[in-house]
Amino acid sequence: MKASPELIAVLGGAFALLAVATTIGQGLARRQPADHASPVIDNLNARINAWWAMVLLLGLACLAGDTAVILLFALCSFAALRECLTLTRTSRHDHRALAAAFFVVLPAQYVLIGQGWYGLYSIFIPVYAFLLLPILAALRGSTERFLVRVAETQWALMIAVFCLSHVPALLTLSIPGHEAGGVLLIVWLVVTVQLSDVFQYVVGKLAGRHPIAPSLSPSKTREGTVGGIALAVLTGTALHGITPFSIGEAAVLALVVTVMGFLGGLVLSAVKRDRGIKDWGHLIAGHGGVVDRLDSVLFAAPVFFHLVRYFHEIA
Amino acid sequence: MTPSFAAPLASLFASLCAAAIVLFARLVTAVRGLWVGVEPVARQRVYYANHCSHGDVVLLWTVLPPRLRRVTRPVAGADYWMATPLRRFIGRRVFRALLIERESTRGSAGKAALDGMTAALDRGDSLILFPEGTRNTGDTSLLPFKGGLHHLAQARPGVEFVPVWIAHLNRVLPKGEIVPVPLLCTVSFGAALPIETGESKSAFLVRARSALLALAEEDER
Repeated sequence: MKASPELIAVLGGAFALLAVATTIGQGLARRQPADHASPVIDNLNARINAWWAMVLLLGLACLAGDTAVILLFALCSFAALRECLTLTRTSRHDHRALAAAFFVVLPAQYVLIGQGWYGLYSIFIPVYAFLLLPILAALRGSTERFLVRVAETQWALMIAVFCLSHVPALLTLSIPGHEAGGVLLIVWLVVTVQLSDVFQYVVGKLAGRHPIAPSLSPSKTREGTVGGIALAVLTGTALHGITPFSIGEAAVLALVVTVMGFLGGLVLSAVKRDRGIKDWGHLIAGHGGVVDRLDSVLFAAPVFFHLVRYFHEIA
Repeated sequence: MTPSFAAPLASLFASLCAAAIVLFARLVTAVRGLWVGVEPVARQRVYYANHCSHGDVVLLWTVLPPRLRRVTRPVAGADYWMATPLRRFIGRRVFRALLIERESTRGSAGKAALDGMTAALDRGDSLILFPEGTRNTGDTSLLPFKGGLHHLAQARPGVEFVPVWIAHLNRVLPKGEIVPVPLLCTVSFGAALPIETGESKSAFLVRARSALLALAEEDER
């Protein structure tokens, strides 16, 4: 246990926020007529309840130490990869390649992160896995839709394992004057990006008028997006004290990760529309699948990781 | 004779096995039961499902609420479930499978199998049946049905015949593979077939099969 005062403070803040959200959500639920329950309010309360569980899980992992955090994200990768690969049009000839993705590539990536071997974990999937898996598929001898099968599997690994693993990879950065602060970088990234999603949802529901990407994500509005990102950037800037960033740096990084997060949501929404599904899965009540909840983090994490590494880590 | 403490011990072990099997199925497939046409209530039923893998029984059984699981028996091939001591234990004690001889479902063995199923229904149990008769490992979505389903429906028309579509499991564990690939699976329960006494075998089987295929199409959407 190494509960830094900053971590305790952020967790306390998150729980206070959730307590307020729960009070409002339950209040709204009580005010609606019993025979006319609104699905939006029911979904809101399901989302808030799931947030309690998610904050508790991440909080406990952060308190327990680096290994627990890495394990938590490895499990999220497992669930996300399962959701992504369910959508692919692989055939039984891909079975060994898929098994290798789950039981070799995924654990190896997180072990490498646990060892802090930047030189290998930053290229392991895009180089070695992306060459090994098509070899396994080709050796089975079926050429039917080969390119589609290989490409879909690789993209699933990219999204669900490679991108997500860059969240715990923040633990491996050594930043002068910010020793043992990797876990706070994770907290800052997750809080900023996820709050951006929450603010976009809330502002969109309260003041959203004009759809921003009607063909990709009909529920997202210009008002919600701009207002949500602005509020999240303010929060991220206010939280600069838990990071090695100056106020200005925190504001720029918060803008970068929230915009990446928004765009990630659009990209993964496009995948869902293409495959004709509403949610990636059903693991998180009210939210959908793990990919539905993490879509923004997936796109923000690698960019954030490399910016911090380039500008702050000692060579 | 087995000593008197062996029976409760075996039943405890069977419960542990059941819990482990359900946990494993959920870890690999995060399986969800979709009660599209019927509710998960304690009515006597014959659940008839598509059959791609040995895991079909496991998934269907996992999504049944425990109180329904206790009164629902899968009908399964004796050749597979009697092959090893572990399978024998799981088949008999965990799933309480009704084992039938598959080699000759015509003639006297076929009649014995059908008698076994009607007897189980008369004891109040529900059944899980795979009317394709064997695992479908080809590219067609559903093989032609065997006649046993018709026989049961005519013999016990008061029982609900519920189509059950098990999706994606054929990708989790294709024939000949040992390591399952984790993918999300669903088990959809359709509306009970209306039973008309005196309906011909071929007409009934066509109706039963198209009800299951309709459920599969709905799942695809």
